[in-house]
Amino acid sequence: MTATRTAEQTATQTAEQTVSGTVDEQQPVLGPDPRTAYREALLELAAADPRVICLDSDTGGLEDTFAKQFPEQYVNIGIAEANLMTVAAGLASRGFIPYVHTMATFATMRAAEFLKLDVVGNRLPVRVIATHGGLSAAHFGTTHFALEDLAVARALAELAVVVPGDGRQIGAATRQLHELPGPAYLRLGRSATPVPPGAAPDLRLGHARVLRDGTDVTVVATGPLPLLFALEAAEELAGDGVSAQVLELHTLHPLDRDGLLAGCRGRAGVVTVEEHRPQGGMGDAVAEVVSAELAVPMRRVAVRGTPGGRVASQRDALAAHGVSTADVVESARQLLARTHEKHQRPASHGAAATRTR
Amino acid sequence: MAVPTTTGPPHSPAATLAPAARTSAASDQTPETPPAAGADTALDAAAMATRIRQDVIRMAGGPEGAHAGGSLSCADVMAVLHAELLRPGDSFVLSKGHAAPALYSALSQLGRFPADELDGYAQPGSRLFGHPRYDLPGVEFATGSLGHGIGLSVGLALAEQLRGGDRCVYTILGDGELQEGSVWEAALLAGHRALPGLVAVVDRNGLQITGGTEDTVGLEPLDAKFVAFGWQARTVDGHDLPALRDALRPSPDGPVVVIAKTVKGRGVPFLEQRVAGHYAKLKPALVQRALAAIGRSAGGPS
Repeated sequence: MTATRTAEQTATQTAEQTVSGTVDEQQPVLGPDPRTAYREALLELAAADPRVICLDSDTGGLEDTFAKQFPEQYVNIGIAEANLMTVAAGLASRGFIPYVHTMATFATMRAAEFLKLDVVGNRLPVRVIATHGGLSAAHFGTTHFALEDLAVARALAELAVVVPGDGRQIGAATRQLHELPGPAYLRLGRSATPVPPGAAPDLRLGHARVLRDGTDVTVVATGPLPLLFALEAAEELAGDGVSAQVLELHTLHPLDRDGLLAGCRGRAGVVTVEEHRPQGGMGDAVAEVVSAELAVPMRRVAVRGTPGGRVASQRDALAAHGVSTADVVESARQLLARTHEKHQRPASHGAAATRTR
Repeated sequence: MAVPTTTGPPHSPAATLAPAARTSAASDQTPETPPAAGADTALDAAAMATRIRQDVIRMAGGPEGAHAGGSLSCADVMAVLHAELLRPGDSFVLSKGHAAPALYSALSQLGRFPADELDGYAQPGSRLFGHPRYDLPGVEFATGSLGHGIGLSVGLALAEQLRGGDRCVYTILGDGELQEGSVWEAALLAGHRALPGLVAVVDRNGLQITGGTEDTVGLEPLDAKFVAFGWQARTVDGHDLPALRDALRPSPDGPVVVIAKTVKGRGVPFLEQRVAGHYAKLKPALVQRALAAIGRSAGGPS
């Protein structure tokens, strides 16, 4: 809650100011503002590569930055997300690399068919920069929540899908996506989030990051707050003597099959945590791989029900709908108890059916 | 930036202009097509239109039938564009993708693929679907979901404007298609940017699946709508080849819409102005009747 309020206050600062700002001990260290961090990478790319074209849909923040520096590489399409995708496809077909900017829910829901047919269907190198992912626009309300976007993006099958969980790596993700020959989807949050504690291995597209080694259970996280919850949960579990592996799955397509199997094999269970509905999200992507190869049970920590009844911070809204550190811990304990129970007294079919989860 | 001359038959997808020294990632996406077999031969729009109509009927006589009505109504526009107007490097986007049979015929007449492929239209193993794929020679974008082609054309014209080129972009829309909101998003942007070299043709046959456009969701006054969006509007008899030739000329000053007044099913009396002719699956006897009628009535203004 505290972190979210702080994030709102600092949203307009530049990435550098935010990172280097003085932080008292009660406050977590905030990462860069996501849109600022992305924009700085885009400006570098545009300076080096005249194929870069910035297509805006009246999002705010590009007209007074990118457009000032690169007026010839900036076009504001207006508030027209369907046309945004389609015009980008036309430009990409002529050798440009369009970066299109809109919110995650508009990119994948309102403009879904235009993204599907014109961009992905023609395999064109458009980069969809989808901001306000998940519940990061918490106080905006349900119209601005994006809890289905990853399901749509994944279902498009040939769209690279990346969700940086560490704001400091948004620039790296942006630069690596630039090199892809096909279309890509980059999901960003609205505001800065705390820097994940501990080691920060480099982001490599298509490779899950191992943030903590553990042997008992595995927690797979996608997105900034889920990653924090996963790390906090691992710390709490460690206090109980439970060793939790933490993977950050920032790339949902292409999926890091080997990394997932290596990170989940031999554990009592896998908990996935994401800022998305359970249907079609990261948990389903992990299940595709894990359920086919490993006899390891899974629990999905994902947004349940319908957030948006009353204004709440991003963290509170997530917690109220099943996504928090406590939910990760509880899911991990359930999985461990299940395995423990199995080892203690092998259950008959009847016992299995009545066992509480 | 200087515009390189592209080689190839009319309406070959343009060679990718990569302003960077680096290899363009998008260049792999641009369909590479061999020069048309008959590209040197001057094509006659009237002959091409007649052949389009014959081919459309033959495809409608295939096991799956075809979107005959709207393919026949735009046959003359298609022929004038492909036989005469499209220069190397110009683009053509079939926004009303269901008129694919007419496009397939035109492309085969240009030698983009063998004419005998038309015999396999919509049959297993063929690459000629009911709506065109982007990887077919001479086709740059998959179309068929209505309301996409004009936005794609705006994107192509915008690329040309940004680079200071003079290549043209032509697209054919259905009139019922104009009920799609995305058409107007694209039209608004094209007018605002005063995109030169963009020509959108509306195949104004007046019919859609459930009836007349004006009885369904009316479009008139159509020219005024486009003018209000910043376009030049030209209304023309869509079966008058010399008039089409004149009306389809692009403008350096901004986008042009050509409202081509056409007859759905044109050239085949039992399909003309018939809502039921939108999609036809013709028995052999009707194919023969239709081909005989096309032979008698080829070309000429309405």
